[in-house]
Amino acid sequence: MAAIDVLALLPLILVAATSIVVMVAAAVRRNHALALGITLAGLAAAFGSVLFVHPRQVTALLSMDSYALFFMALIVAASFAVALLAYAYLAQRKGNHEEFYILLLVATLGGMVLSASTHFTSFFLGLEILSVALYALIAYLHERPRPVEAGIKYLVLAATSAAFLLFGIALIYADLGTMDFARIAQLLATKADLNPTLLLPGVALIVTGIGFKLALVPFHMWTPDVYEGAPAPVTAFVATVSKGAMFALLLRYFNQSGFSHGFAPVVLVFSIIAIASMLAGNLLALLQNNVKRILAYSSIAHMGYLLVAFQVGGPMGASAVIFYLVAYFVMTLGAFGVVTVLSERQRDADLLEDYRGLFWRRPGLALVFTAMLLSLAGIPLTAGFLGKFYIIAAGASVGAWALILILVITSAIGLFYYLRIVVTLYAQPAASDRAHEPIPRRAPAAILVLAALTVILVWLGVYPAPLLVAIRAAISSIV
Amino acid sequence: MILLWLIVVLLAGGILAWLSARWNEPASRWISLTAICIDFVLVLTLWSRNYNISLTLTNDWFEQVDWSWIPQFGIQFHLAMDGLSLLLVLLTLFLGIVSVLASWTEITTGVGFFHFNLLWILAGIIGVFLAIDLFLFYFAWELMLVPMYFLIAIWGHERRVYAATKFFLFTQLSGLLMLIAILALYFAHHRATGIYTFEYTELLGTPLDPHTAMWIMLGFFVAFAVKLPMVPLHTWLADAHTEAPTAGSVILAGLLLKTGAYGLIRFAVPLFPGAARAFAPVAMTLAVIGILYGAILAFAQTDLKRLVAYTSISHLGFVLLGIYAANTIALQGALMTMICHGISTGALFVVAGALQDRMHTREMGAMGGLWDTVPRLSGIALFFALASLGLPGLGDFIGEFLVLLGTYRVNIAMAAVAAAGVLAATFYALRLVQQAFQGPNTHHWQLPDLAIREGLMLGVMIALLLWLGLYPQPVFHMFAQAANQFPALWR
Repeated sequence: MAAIDVLALLPLILVAATSIVVMVAAAVRRNHALALGITLAGLAAAFGSVLFVHPRQVTALLSMDSYALFFMALIVAASFAVALLAYAYLAQRKGNHEEFYILLLVATLGGMVLSASTHFTSFFLGLEILSVALYALIAYLHERPRPVEAGIKYLVLAATSAAFLLFGIALIYADLGTMDFARIAQLLATKADLNPTLLLPGVALIVTGIGFKLALVPFHMWTPDVYEGAPAPVTAFVATVSKGAMFALLLRYFNQSGFSHGFAPVVLVFSIIAIASMLAGNLLALLQNNVKRILAYSSIAHMGYLLVAFQVGGPMGASAVIFYLVAYFVMTLGAFGVVTVLSERQRDADLLEDYRGLFWRRPGLALVFTAMLLSLAGIPLTAGFLGKFYIIAAGASVGAWALILILVITSAIGLFYYLRIVVTLYAQPAASDRAHEPIPRRAPAAILVLAALTVILVWLGVYPAPLLVAIRAAISSIV
Repeated sequence: MILLWLIVVLLAGGILAWLSARWNEPASRWISLTAICIDFVLVLTLWSRNYNISLTLTNDWFEQVDWSWIPQFGIQFHLAMDGLSLLLVLLTLFLGIVSVLASWTEITTGVGFFHFNLLWILAGIIGVFLAIDLFLFYFAWELMLVPMYFLIAIWGHERRVYAATKFFLFTQLSGLLMLIAILALYFAHHRATGIYTFEYTELLGTPLDPHTAMWIMLGFFVAFAVKLPMVPLHTWLADAHTEAPTAGSVILAGLLLKTGAYGLIRFAVPLFPGAARAFAPVAMTLAVIGILYGAILAFAQTDLKRLVAYTSISHLGFVLLGIYAANTIALQGALMTMICHGISTGALFVVAGALQDRMHTREMGAMGGLWDTVPRLSGIALFFALASLGLPGLGDFIGEFLVLLGTYRVNIAMAAVAAAGVLAATFYALRLVQQAFQGPNTHHWQLPDLAIREGLMLGVMIALLLWLGLYPQPVFHMFAQAANQFPALWR
């Protein structure tokens, strides 16, 4: 490996090194603020290095191309926000907090590897680095029963789905004799004696593994429980970084390995999954009274919307997916950020009742939450609106009328539960309500993050042109 | 640039009004009033400067702003004004002033946020009337919903959350269908010309096969018909109007419904003349059904605001009929009805709001004989009820008469049935007056009569209706060239 390769890997190396530094620092002297500081510095350095790395393929495993670098920047920025959100959340509890940042950095590293992998080996490695860190993160508040239950549930299901994934990889390897995405594409195009009895089940099993991570119907069962059980900042991480990195891989895999356009059944399966996710996510969210569960089901629906754009393929579909992912990162971090800030020492603020009349007590927080929810619902002035517009435009460009019609109808259904939360925020609290109790002002860092996210949300919703330029540059290396 | 200022002043005024309410609530009201008045004066100067310029409906403007916004999609920030938009913007600002004044004593909680929402709705509506880029149009179209939703959901009456949610769902779903239609047109245009653009003047005359054109036209039509509202897409209207606070009802009836009619005149017909021609008989039939159905339902109501709400369905039926009759006279009538309905129905909602503020009920059964205790209010209510039933000499009469005249030349049967709607209007309007204001004061109400603020506001509205009824020429003049050209659009 030449020096230039090491230089290209700098973002990954920096994040990995930071986790070790935090670990060593914690061994010398435990200090929560110090751990946060090192984490933030490391992530900022990684973000800076992303901007200077010259794109190149590093071994057969990783491609540090413009696409990977774009996603690395996104993932690192999201982790930065999660770390800041988590600080005050953890600080109000007793116990050791330094390990949280180590795990967070490791999980971030896993997500970054996923977004750069061009080979099944690095794909699986990245996935496991991410997952193993997540098991611990989800169960981080081990004195409470819910997080532990969620952690175990995630562990069992993620391990099972990883086994499915491995089996799928093995089947494809058995037929094609390679695990390299580009080589797979080549063989699919040229090899005379393709064996569909190995290939199709192989792809199906890989889709199962990916579908679990993305919480697509019918692999979505874990989502509401894990979202509800995990500490709020971790939920934000699971919803954004873990799913975003996986979607980055999915997009690259199907664009580079040529499956989506060579295999009609694959396209059909993705259509069915997209429709099922949009329907199930939005309809089941209607039945919930727990804000975290509502957001869990809504995230299932959002993955369905993303799949609609994914179907379209080509530069239009890919850029719609990426734009929507960026918007989804911003609004999901914002929504769970509000939940994090309002959470108390004993429990997370996840009941609808916790939000009654919030506007009259903490107008700033209520407005941020409103902006995030309206963005999730796809209302103008927010990034979510332009994201949805982009997806519908991508669908319309290839005439996928049935899919976008279902998207439109289900997102109107979705509006209903978002509005339910919004109405609660603005309800006049009754005189005897505990809603009159003042909420202590704390977590200045988290408030700052929320303010920044809101500004980005509106900025992307009003003037998306710079981001569109960046996305166009990013996808140039995969489509 | 002046068009941009119109919107910016309202948006900034909204934020300022919100912030100022923390220290001083009346300041928030005054700031809102000032912001709208500034806009009003700006538009009046535009009118006086361009009074003698006559414009066609589809491609020339006397004032515009055209900036590149999202070049990757061919989206322009393009606002433009012609006679049609000028009249509707004027109406918007006038009713904006009325809404602020009508909420002066009614709204006591969250005053700052209320005025923020009010001004942002007005900004959204003006955006709808001025946007000439279809993406920008859709953007403004959706944008006015959110503050309206808050207005109903926070300051509304008993069943406000239900009404607000229903309103939002109806308009959002139909809006998304329009978005699909806009995108379908966008890609069809690209296939035909190789250019990606949302620009209205370029999309005009996009070659489409009749089948596609019909589908795309229907996407637009559904969104506009829900707003209008056209029977059978009207069910959100009565709830939203009834539960909204007075300012909300005034804006809903006076302005939001007009955005639907505006969309039909500006987009649904000129963009798809062939499909519109094929669809005209259906639209006219539904319009006539709406005229009668609205009137009959209005007659059956016991809730004052609900009664007024249903009359809107009837009046907007005339507008729909006038547009799809496809001739100059009917279109002039439709526009006149839009403006006068905005004023007269707005005034009726102000009266209903004033009564509710005093009596804490909207049930007409609990009223009766109010003339004894509030003679000025009752007299004014009688005036607007008469305007609503189409008394000659008032603006509403001119509008509906011209619509009937224009329709008669196209379809005599429809004109005859629609004329029966005018007759039905007599029943509901007189019933309103008789039940609420005349007869003995059996419930022994003792109420304060109109305050100066209310009297002044309603007095100006009376003067406007008289002016429009006796000398409607300035309005027709502003719209003449466009209306003359309108029939040719359909060919």
